[in-house]
Amino acid sequence: MTVISSNKDIEALTLTFVAEFDASAQRVWQLWEDPRQLERWWGPPTWPATFERHDFVPGGRSNYVMTGPEGEKGPGWWVTTLIQPPYRLEFEDGFADENGDPVVEMGSVRAVVTLEETEGRTRMTTVSTFANLEQMQQMSAMGMEEGMREAMGQIDLLLAEDDSA
Amino acid sequence: MVVFDLQDDEVDRIFQALADVTRRDIVVRVTQREQSVSALAASYAMSFAAVQKHVAVLERARLVVKERRGREQIVHPNPGTVREAARLLEHFEELWRFRAQSISDILSEDREEDREEDREEDREDREDREGERS
Repeated sequence: MTVISSNKDIEALTLTFVAEFDASAQRVWQLWEDPRQLERWWGPPTWPATFERHDFVPGGRSNYVMTGPEGEKGPGWWVTTLIQPPYRLEFEDGFADENGDPVVEMGSVRAVVTLEETEGRTRMTTVSTFANLEQMQQMSAMGMEEGMREAMGQIDLLLAEDDSA
Repeated sequence: MVVFDLQDDEVDRIFQALADVTRRDIVVRVTQREQSVSALAASYAMSFAAVQKHVAVLERARLVVKERRGREQIVHPNPGTVREAARLLEHFEELWRFRAQSISDILSEDREEDREEDREEDREDREDREGERS
């Protein structure tokens, strides 16, 4: 995997993330389409996601729950707005209440995913646009900070082992 | 790769802004409670204009925001909408890095399985050939 670029537009609250994978677009598409594969990578570190529903059709609804290290639950929803297999996908992603219903006042993150295949490799571009700062704060509070710190800690440990070797 | 959180010149502005004891004190005061420039000026043994200048430096570094309210200029702390947005987008970027790595791990498992299957087929082919010979 190669991260090609990552660009933060602070005023538009948008992140454009581009990565390239050693697989066909069809294969990468499956990772979005199949809920069992999607949940293997969707959740933040230490907050694995479980998709209880994934209607991967235009206008289709998905429900997932992320489970934190202390067993805390972070429910979320998706509405898929556009599907052009295996090249383009658009959806709205937001916070849900305990019944899986959207928490309207939190708004949603608009995501546009494009896959481009060249010589057996696939470039995946995700453009995520946040509705507002509060939403980002909430999202960030959801284990991300904690998880990243842990992940970084592990990397440091590995590097330290290298040094001593 | 574009990694930008705060530009270098922005960082410089923040450090320069906080390098002065009066300005640090202003930040502390307005963080506790928003205050007018004249209230701040009354707290220091310096002219209104001098305090106003300090506030302007802090404003440029986005550490405080100034708002006109009637005849008063009110200074607020600025946890910095902009800075906050940068920080949060950075977290989100980390999340995408993590996701991309997880996707990559899943894809390399595929390749591992493919190789496994290839080996399996090779073995079967060999067995078939040996079966034909005998």
